[in-house]
Amino acid sequence: MKSTTAASHRDEIKPPVTEIGVIGWIRANLFNGWFNSLLTLAVLYLLWLIVPGTVKWAFIDSVWLTGSEECRATDGACWSVISANIRFILFGFYPHDLQWRPLLAMGLLVALLFYSRERSRWNKTLAWAWLAGLFAMGLLLKGGLFGLTAVESANWGGLPLTLLLSVFGLTAAYPVGVVLALGRQTNMPVIKSFCVVYIELIRGVPLISLLFMSSVVFPLFLPEGVTVNKILRAQVAIILFTAAYIAEVVRGGLQGIDRGQYEAAESLGLNYFQTMRLIILPQALKIVIPPSVSILISAFKDTSLVVIIALYDLLKTTQTTLSDPKWMGYSAEAYIFVALIYFICCFAMSNYSRKLEKELDTGR
Amino acid sequence: MQATTAPEKIPFLRDPTKRSILYQLVTMAGVALLGYYLINNTLINLERQSISTGFEFIEKEAAFEIGESLIDYSAADSYGKALLVGFLNTLIVSFIGIILTVVLGTILGIARLSTNWLLSKLAAAYIEVFQDIPVLLQLFFWYAFFYEILPGPRQALDLLPGVFLCNRGMIFGVPHYHPAFGYAAAAFVLSCIAVWFLRRWAIKRQDATGRTFPLFRASLLILIGLPAIVWWFGGAPTEMNVPVLSGFNFKGGITISPEFTALLLGLVLYTAAFVAEVVRAGIQSVGKGQREAATSLGLRPGRVMHLIILPQALRVIVPPLTSQMLNLTKNSSLAVAIGYPDFVSVAGTTINQTGQAIEGVALIMIVYLIFSLSTSAFMNWYNKKIKLVER
Repeated sequence: MKSTTAASHRDEIKPPVTEIGVIGWIRANLFNGWFNSLLTLAVLYLLWLIVPGTVKWAFIDSVWLTGSEECRATDGACWSVISANIRFILFGFYPHDLQWRPLLAMGLLVALLFYSRERSRWNKTLAWAWLAGLFAMGLLLKGGLFGLTAVESANWGGLPLTLLLSVFGLTAAYPVGVVLALGRQTNMPVIKSFCVVYIELIRGVPLISLLFMSSVVFPLFLPEGVTVNKILRAQVAIILFTAAYIAEVVRGGLQGIDRGQYEAAESLGLNYFQTMRLIILPQALKIVIPPSVSILISAFKDTSLVVIIALYDLLKTTQTTLSDPKWMGYSAEAYIFVALIYFICCFAMSNYSRKLEKELDTGR
Repeated sequence: MQATTAPEKIPFLRDPTKRSILYQLVTMAGVALLGYYLINNTLINLERQSISTGFEFIEKEAAFEIGESLIDYSAADSYGKALLVGFLNTLIVSFIGIILTVVLGTILGIARLSTNWLLSKLAAAYIEVFQDIPVLLQLFFWYAFFYEILPGPRQALDLLPGVFLCNRGMIFGVPHYHPAFGYAAAAFVLSCIAVWFLRRWAIKRQDATGRTFPLFRASLLILIGLPAIVWWFGGAPTEMNVPVLSGFNFKGGITISPEFTALLLGLVLYTAAFVAEVVRAGIQSVGKGQREAATSLGLRPGRVMHLIILPQALRVIVPPLTSQMLNLTKNSSLAVAIGYPDFVSVAGTTINQTGQAIEGVALIMIVYLIFSLSTSAFMNWYNKKIKLVER
């Protein structure tokens, strides 16, 4: 009896209040030692300098849904520059009454992405659904079939163009990259050296030089009378560029495959293509899913470079809006808005990549 | 008898060696045909548009001005010299950018691993945000920051005494020219050589006798002391060339253009986020047991970092770090979008004026290939040097 009371008495003794709860957490994480305490105070001071002013500028003094005259009158942020021009920023010169089409295409893309996020849903049907979806997106943008009015590609712009360049770019670049990676791994010296030279050449130069090439040199390569529109040329440059990076990632995956797998496939009597298609690539591509997502992220960010060859992507439409005398001088607000769009997309993708990495980490 | 003499004849297509030769021949023929087709088209097109070929234009007068230049340049100089100016501009922005990036990235990477919750979360937020925004957008933002948000010279922000920030760029004072500075610079080079020999001697002595030498403190003393003494004997000039507001602009001091500053700021802030991740991964790659073992041997925390953690972490850090440096150099080509005259921008102007697009783009590619090939040569050398010696 006595021992139980002692035990219950011991239970009642709580740890000191400075070691648990909020205070304990603060002591352990912010003020452990003089150096950390000093750091915390310095950071807090810095935040105090920056945050209140920013909040006041962005939220309290700001105007949201007004004309440009009200903007001139306030000290705060002029978010009206976005709300007043949102359709141009997002869709560029796409005909005004047809803008539901790119919107629908983007919705389709988001829906497909959202549905494909679970790995258990990855199967052949989904692959076909993606193909059909990509086709439908292209059709929605271009029109000309099923009673949809055709829209010249010169009028495509804004966010749909950015997404188009990156999604189609990666989709088309992936097979090319896989072929290049396989070429680099073969023991045929001619094919191997072609692949190595291509990959190293492309990875050694900045994307902008390829875009220059697509806009000024590529037309010279074509026979007389044949022209290729500007968007397609930029798209080809992005595909060629991305393929080299994908090739290196896939090569990493191929190198991660045990030699025994090749030998087992050979002893089963499979030829080279069967070995690759049935044994090696399924394993190698699984390993490289997370780095492939990082390539998608950088391809998505890199599409912004088409501004330099004057394609109307999201960044260019924003700049065009800012060159309107009515809205001149609100670059910070407009760029922050565009940065937010990019950030949300990239953050979602990189989070997803981290999640996949964790899932795939449990072994092959 | 008959059955043993005739070995089975393998059909041509089933023989792996012959088949591989066939594949390679087909590939070669395909590439050659494609190359011939493209070159042929190009020649016809060039002829039709009467564009000249070859690199003769390099000798011709450029006839365009360049905003900022490290060497003397005027519109009367040749295209070759204009391209050299652009090349030097690319080099200087990359060089300064790389130094600042490594410093900032290391600080951020260590901050990310700090036990201080606030600091670690702030560093994490910084890394995530700056990695996920295209570098071009960041460049545009900083460029607009200079031209729209910063005030004119009259209301310039006085960051530190003598350092002004306004829409004309960053302006700060420099010492007046005096021969003593030249001597001090020479003394600095000398002391670097001296430190190198001292280090060799110290390592040799430690290997032979086990006695350590306070190398860091001695080097610091030599590196700072020797130039300082020379500067003192040279007359100890302290006169400064400080910027003074006169009329609508500053006079004196050194002005760094908004384009250069915006480019540098954008590149450094963007790349530093990636470098921070590299540094964090490198430090985390060193096993916890290493630190514990070193501490239990009685090493002080500074020496644990210097002797145990860093040598192992650097092996992981350096390869991706060099590729980030190369990325920064390649991204400096985006200067063309905000009007800083780097190599790509000058080459672009050259293309526009001469119409010789192929040569211009080829020059751009060659310059960047040289950068990347020399980087990978360095990487191979480094990897060989630090490779674990296995038994």
